[in-house]
Amino acid sequence: MITTFADPFDALFNLQRALEGRLASDWLHDQTTSQGPFPPINAFQQGDDILAIIELPGVEKDSLQVQAKENNVRIAGRKSVSFPQGVSIHRRERTSGAFDRTLSVPVQLDPGRIKAEYRDGILALHLPRSERDKPRSIKIS
Amino acid sequence: MASAQELQVQKKRELESKEETTIPVRQFLPASDIYETESDLMVVLEMPGVEKGNVSINVENSVLSVEGRLDLTKYQGLQPLYTEYNIGNYSRSFRLSSKIDQNKIAAEMNDGVLSLRLPKVEEAKPQTIQVK
Repeated sequence: MITTFADPFDALFNLQRALEGRLASDWLHDQTTSQGPFPPINAFQQGDDILAIIELPGVEKDSLQVQAKENNVRIAGRKSVSFPQGVSIHRRERTSGAFDRTLSVPVQLDPGRIKAEYRDGILALHLPRSERDKPRSIKIS
Repeated sequence: MASAQELQVQKKRELESKEETTIPVRQFLPASDIYETESDLMVVLEMPGVEKGNVSINVENSVLSVEGRLDLTKYQGLQPLYTEYNIGNYSRSFRLSSKIDQNKIAAEMNDGVLSLRLPKVEEAKPQTIQVK
């Protein structure tokens, strides 16, 4: 079941790296894996619609803002890491700060039907393509 | 530490384990904060996507091992368009320096962040000695 899973990711990562290395384009500015602005986004296709899955560990639901317009989705918020007073810190790896990121998708969205779900530090955005944007078949008379 | 610097994505470190897994799933090291109070050792681990029930915590021979399993069936059949991070299970272990009361370990999962409270045993707590 799971055996088929790891491969498409790897293939896509390698392809993206190869393409970016070749073009050296600054269009997207950032590398694909684990670099660039927080939060990292994975986008998947679901029929006509797009599903974006975003990792936001430690971000509270209330401090998260999602806005959508035309073909942009903005994700903003604050990730906070706090320690109680008077403790001795042994290890500090988690990062904190404010983030604001806009995801542009190649289709027009229907902002009214966007669904956002946040659970276990993962934000899932269902981004439906707007009906106006969908191709229409034309009857040939 | 509140800086205007843009928050960057942390590179997921992959676990280099001696044993191999039987299923081809990646294992990542969760980013962790560890701090100590007078009575407890606190370990905070970031494991986005891991549900409460899929975490196992174990202390053996003063090694704390934490494992978080991702429900990969949710990703089954999805067509990736653009990806920025990889997914997999989380696994990390720490050698503990002070004695821990294993029966009183408390764990809490919030927004993909696992917080562990490991109470020290009585003799490991700092004691004040009265000078006569």
